[in-house]
Amino acid sequence: MAVLDNIPHENEINRHSPWPRAVVADAGWKNAIDLLEHGRCTLLGLWGDVSDVHMALLGDEVDDIAVVTYACKDNKYPSVGVSHPPAIRLERAIRDLFGAEAVGTPDARTWLDLGFWDVSEPLNQQKPASKPSPYIFLPVEGEGLHQIPVGPVHAGIIEPGHFRFTANGERVVRLEQRLGYVHKGVEKLMSGLPLERAAKLAGRTSGDSTVAYSYAFARASEAALNLEAPPRAVYLRALMAELERIANHFGDIGAICNDASFALMHAQTGILRERTLRAADACFGHRLMIDAIIPGGVARDIAPNGISAVRALLAEARKVFPRLVELYDNTASLQDRTVTTGIVRGEHARRFGAGGYVGRASGRNFDARRRPGYAPYGDLEFEVPVLDAGDVNARVWIRIREVEQSLSLIEQILDRLPDGKTTVPLKLSGEICEGMALAEAFRGDVLVWLRFDGEGRIARCHLRDASWFQWPLLEVAIEDNIVADFPLCNKSFNCSYSGHDL
Amino acid sequence: MRRTLFESLTHGPLTEAPPAPDKVALDELARSVEHAARAKLGRSLSIREVDAGSCNGCELEIHALNNAFYDIERFGLRFVASPRHADVLLVTGPVTKNMREALLRTYNATPDPKWVVAIGACAVDGGIFAGSYAVEGGVKNVIPVDLHIRGCPPSPTELLKGLLALLENANRAA
Repeated sequence: MAVLDNIPHENEINRHSPWPRAVVADAGWKNAIDLLEHGRCTLLGLWGDVSDVHMALLGDEVDDIAVVTYACKDNKYPSVGVSHPPAIRLERAIRDLFGAEAVGTPDARTWLDLGFWDVSEPLNQQKPASKPSPYIFLPVEGEGLHQIPVGPVHAGIIEPGHFRFTANGERVVRLEQRLGYVHKGVEKLMSGLPLERAAKLAGRTSGDSTVAYSYAFARASEAALNLEAPPRAVYLRALMAELERIANHFGDIGAICNDASFALMHAQTGILRERTLRAADACFGHRLMIDAIIPGGVARDIAPNGISAVRALLAEARKVFPRLVELYDNTASLQDRTVTTGIVRGEHARRFGAGGYVGRASGRNFDARRRPGYAPYGDLEFEVPVLDAGDVNARVWIRIREVEQSLSLIEQILDRLPDGKTTVPLKLSGEICEGMALAEAFRGDVLVWLRFDGEGRIARCHLRDASWFQWPLLEVAIEDNIVADFPLCNKSFNCSYSGHDL
Repeated sequence: MRRTLFESLTHGPLTEAPPAPDKVALDELARSVEHAARAKLGRSLSIREVDAGSCNGCELEIHALNNAFYDIERFGLRFVASPRHADVLLVTGPVTKNMREALLRTYNATPDPKWVVAIGACAVDGGIFAGSYAVEGGVKNVIPVDLHIRGCPPSPTELLKGLLALLENANRAA
């Protein structure tokens, strides 16, 4: 039974593709919250609009996704987070951006608004900012506790965010994150943009997942406009996505080992990452492939020497990578750091709908390429590795196995690359229409939802990074681990700050 | 592990034999960066990176400077963990309002003489994020900038070129 069948709703919105969106009243909203609370569906997203709040839900079946919309009353809506904690941070963000208040929320503190903006409710009333009240961290009580504040500026070449550790000796008893430092106002900037420029902005949501964001944005806009990219473009998009995936996996597998002071692995996987970026550059003219995917297709066809560059990369990776995997597996001092460190329990991964290797290392078998699935992955053979241990080691192994799968996918794509055009002309609709898409980035599923204003411009666009449902689990994973293992845990998650803060 | 280490010894460094077409530019850069760095600062220039709101694309390419192909440390340039140890701040991003104070504090914690290099298109003037309620619109609006390295993101080779320009600029000023 489709998820929407379980939720009493009023009218379904006509031009919302490819999944339904329906307006619900109090009863329907409550029903949706019940489904979440009892684990009968998964929260895919919760975001604000001028006077509404939208909630995307994933049901049990393969292609079972629906959006329910609650029209706020006096800018208020019943809290989802009070029954289903994964929604809490999303509600806090909605409050900061739209002013809409989640009635009954267990946490009414700000989230993205750190008190430095000139406006409050920037996506709605745009009131002048009032004097911020001090931010109160959660209380921690007990003997012999001390706090370690870290960030927003961290010691490495990484993104900014604040971590408040409370430790007893070396043991972490609580980590509380405070994010929002890289909030750039992406969703506000989106409103009113022509499609081409909006696609560029979407591609800069999180630089390490630029292909995945462009991919999801393009597919969401194509769904709204009822277009399909030509077959060659579909395959080239997947080639880019898999190159991006292995580049990130290579880099991070080494970086995790480096955080356990095993520099050799870092140096070796750094070479593989660089070779991957150079192959991407040879194919598409940009190392990270920014702006390479556009609504309607791809910005340019693969360069003539691109295919041989990728084949050379495959040969090199297949020669070198197995040896590095063996090295990881046989180095006891490294295993000592990663095995049983930073465990995410399966029930938490399922409840939070944690995507990517964070979920799959804790038994949650979800990969957007399979479910809901999108072209061309239905035509390609690949496995979705899943483990149950949930520790740093399991997350490393998921990434190792995914590299192997992606190498196979890349080969299949090259072998089957169709001929033909790489773009279709965009026929912008004269009507208001909405589209939505999921794409599997290296760290998990990216959701893009958008509405065109009837004149070919973006009226509203919401981008939801996988990190929203992974960051909270990091707080849990580090509990009872030693402070020195935090970098390992953190890197094994590698959540996006920019993708989360927007 | 022995095999990997042995191959590293017998195969020679990757930096000596990078694939075309980067090789020429990189070798040129390698020589000139080295001369300038020695003339001005002996063999050391410590760099502290500050992300002031980037999409993290610039960070990926700054990271790449440490890989075996670019091996930035051979020039005496190295990344340090604290602004108190730094000669250069590499700043990325349009500078979000939420990061403005943290950037200022980092700048003030860096001892003189110091240089600021703004990395990436959005560090110049906010780039694609310009005009947002949440950004300052460029690093120069918050702290003095000695050099901009443009690109979205600049490639590691462009970053090396930029660091060379900084060294020459610093020499002229001295």
